[in-house]
Amino acid sequence: MIEIEGITKRYDATTVVDDVSMVIEPRTIAVIVGTSGSGKTTLLRMINRLVEPTAGVIKLDGADNRSLPGYELRRSIGYAIQGHGLFPHRTVAQNIATVPVLLGWDKARIKARVDELMTLYQLDPQAFGPRYPHELSGGQQQRVGVARALAAEPNVLLMDEPFGALDPIIRNKAQEDLLAIQKRFGTTIILVTHDMEEAVHMGDKIAVMDAGKLVQYAKPAEILARPASAFVESLVGASEKPFRLLSLGRVRDAVEKGGAEGEAIPGDASQRDALAELLWSGRPALPVKGADGKPLGRVTVDGLVKRAARPA
Amino acid sequence: MTIRFDKLGVVIAVIVAYAAFAAPFATFRANRIVPGEARSILDALPAVTGPLLLAIVLIAALIALLKTPLILRLAASVAALAALALLIGVAGSFLTPEGNTFARISPASGFWLLIFAFTLLLADVLTRLNLSPGARIGVLVVATAAIGLLLVSGSWNSLSILKEYANRADSFWAEGSKHVTLALGSLAAAVIAGLPLGILCHRVEKLRAGVLNVLNIIQTIPSIALFGLLIAPLGWVATHVPGAASLGIRGIGTAPAFVALFLYSLLPVVANTVVGLAGVPRAANDAARGMGMTERQRLFGVEFPLAFPVILTGIRIVLVQNIGLATIAALIGGGGFGVFVFQGVGQTAMDLVLLGAIPTVALAFAAAIILDAVIEMTSTKRREAQPA
Repeated sequence: MIEIEGITKRYDATTVVDDVSMVIEPRTIAVIVGTSGSGKTTLLRMINRLVEPTAGVIKLDGADNRSLPGYELRRSIGYAIQGHGLFPHRTVAQNIATVPVLLGWDKARIKARVDELMTLYQLDPQAFGPRYPHELSGGQQQRVGVARALAAEPNVLLMDEPFGALDPIIRNKAQEDLLAIQKRFGTTIILVTHDMEEAVHMGDKIAVMDAGKLVQYAKPAEILARPASAFVESLVGASEKPFRLLSLGRVRDAVEKGGAEGEAIPGDASQRDALAELLWSGRPALPVKGADGKPLGRVTVDGLVKRAARPA
Repeated sequence: MTIRFDKLGVVIAVIVAYAAFAAPFATFRANRIVPGEARSILDALPAVTGPLLLAIVLIAALIALLKTPLILRLAASVAALAALALLIGVAGSFLTPEGNTFARISPASGFWLLIFAFTLLLADVLTRLNLSPGARIGVLVVATAAIGLLLVSGSWNSLSILKEYANRADSFWAEGSKHVTLALGSLAAAVIAGLPLGILCHRVEKLRAGVLNVLNIIQTIPSIALFGLLIAPLGWVATHVPGAASLGIRGIGTAPAFVALFLYSLLPVVANTVVGLAGVPRAANDAARGMGMTERQRLFGVEFPLAFPVILTGIRIVLVQNIGLATIAALIGGGGFGVFVFQGVGQTAMDLVLLGAIPTVALAFAAAIILDAVIEMTSTKRREAQPA
């Protein structure tokens, strides 16, 4: 659990982060959204003390984050940034091993951990381990960046626009990978982005920041349904709201009784994808299948349209 | 089939044509200071060797002129340079009258132009072959060995420069080692002082402009003026600081030369350290801090290795510059190859000037090739890094 209590950061006369308090539950993903200069990155960097706050306290599992020297604290917290920040003079394997080496793990343990992470990220340790970062594609570099951040099995992972430099297709894949890995390790993730789509997709909770202040901190559906201010409303995007709301739900939760013609859509797909498929193919209903391939029922345009309406 | 010309080859062919037919190949002088008489290739070489050299040189020039395979051009340039190197020695013995120790035979403008033309061809071929750094050092070693072999074999002994050398063999090596010590020692001192200063300038922005400006101003002081400026303070140190004089610190001599070279070396070392450190990707630095590296770990583990090729470039500049500048040290009694240069100027003996100048140029050239190769080796691995 991460407790942020009354955190403020001032540079001379400018207040960058203004009295922010929030609690991030363990094993969840909190996404901090805001425009440039909203203080979101500064807030993130105060958690691992790359920036020291002017006032306020941040507690990690109940302990003040100032109870350790900064560099020791940072070794226990994963950190991944936009443009991955890989060390160009070190191989992929050496990059991933950075924090374990700093922590003084023995060689066998480091190698085992590096191989495990590379396999997890679909990078063959034999082929990719000895390569240098510039020999990888952008998507591969990004994966190495996240693998490096997770190397020492941190409970908390801080990510600053980790997918910012990726093209849309690779970004989607990277987001899915991160969600899968978060489920597997139960890591608490705090992710900074300016992309509301990404926030709705990734976040268990979303914190919206504007001019250093925390404007709203709530579940994605809540943010979409009841934006706390005109700023949040504009960030959500008026024309996008119904679709973003649909993208939060799974098809299996919108299943109605009955059947329909055509190819079945998996129950895990998002309701937004189902609606898109319905509209595109011009059909009123789609059959739905479970993970085992058994039919679950159908989804209808009418049913989905009702779900896209503003929640009461 | 149409005949196609090589652009550089045209230049080379023109130089060769002029040098072979219109310029003197060797100069004969009755003694070391009288003006010389020019000798053409055919006059300077015995019987067949003259026409043979002409033939080799002209064929090689023809190969350079036309678009020909690289390997042929390589063979042509090496063959021409080898023939010139061997036959200038032959010309020396041929032109020296029997038993005459005062006569001086020296290579003349035609010879130097031919050497220049074919070195140009060789350099062009080597560039186009795109040799690896290791191979370039290999070429340097082979060339050095070949020249060394010619020197040891005595085939050049009848040439004027080597006659000057023979008269000064002992002092040549003593001054040579002094020269290298001055150049390398001041470089080492500049690296020891300049690296920390560069790091400091990188970290403390307020300091940067000031320090770099001061070093820039020092760089613009003419070397002779700097020597002059150093006489007073070093003389004061020698007389007032106990033990200083016994360490060899005096107003003139090696000490001011060393200090001057050191001061000139500081700017390239400090400036390149600052530029190198500034060029370290921000993201890499941020990641290093974010993952819990201490300041020291970040400096030695990330910043330094990444800035290293740029810092090395600064060291290369300094080394080549110092090898050349150390010649001036002789003016204030600092020794080095400059001793021969200034003696030669004083006696109007060009051969003596060359005895000081040629080793200096050769040293600087070799140092440049070696350091360029090292720089390339350290930076290839990470070239084109950081696309994001």
